[in-house]
Amino acid sequence: MTMKVGSRQVDGVTIVDCSGRITLGEGSVILRDMVRDLLSKGNKKIVLNLAEVNYIDSSGIGELVSAFTTTKNQGGELKLLNLTKKVNDLLQITKLYTVFDVKDDETAAVKSFK
Amino acid sequence: MAMTEQRVSYTLDSSLETIDSAEARATRIATDLGFDEDEVLQISMAVREGAVNAVLHGNGYAPDKKVTLAFEHIGDNLVITICDQGKGMDLSKIPNPLAPENLLKTSGRGIFLMRSFMDVVEIRPSQTGTELKLIKHVHGATADGKEASQ
Repeated sequence: MTMKVGSRQVDGVTIVDCSGRITLGEGSVILRDMVRDLLSKGNKKIVLNLAEVNYIDSSGIGELVSAFTTTKNQGGELKLLNLTKKVNDLLQITKLYTVFDVKDDETAAVKSFK
Repeated sequence: MAMTEQRVSYTLDSSLETIDSAEARATRIATDLGFDEDEVLQISMAVREGAVNAVLHGNGYAPDKKVTLAFEHIGDNLVITICDQGKGMDLSKIPNPLAPENLLKTSGRGIFLMRSFMDVVEIRPSQTGTELKLIKHVHGATADGKEASQ
């Protein structure tokens, strides 16, 4: 299943709904382009909803890190929402759980932005 | 495909399709050998990471360079070998991705993930290519050394 993304606005926060696989190649590029496009349009409060992401490889992990740092470097904030067990486990073993702000409730995620 | 004390091997191009194909073959063979769902995922992810290293870092997508992928069921072990035709790698230069200064790097986690998911990971670089061997014990069989070798 290829990667699909769609964005929506909730109280000034951009929710990016992702589904499919974030892997080397198309999946990583789609996510990268989406985040860069949002930032270029001034959308700097971003939540990646990964509820429908069923697979991610090391390139995909790298893309999440890149999205996080790119957003931060532009004065924004990027958070993760609704991790599947597989993605959650990967963030645990790579210690990236300590880097990302991970939420499991969309309303709380939106309210958590300053 | 049933695989009992047998070996299957493939010669593949240095392409993104090879990476997906290697992962799919690993998933099918691991499933057929009776690994549970989590183990199948671990094996397929490790093979995917190995294939990425071979295609991308080893062969550099060169059309004249091939990747060989082999699966063997030897005793209680599934043994997977992935070889490229690149220039090898300097294992001493691979940083620890868990070190605080490396956490925000966007690459360098592939070998770490392989070592996390497999029982044995052996990497033999040479100037004519790198041979990667991944071993997973079948049906909960255990071995003394989970730690990867260099």
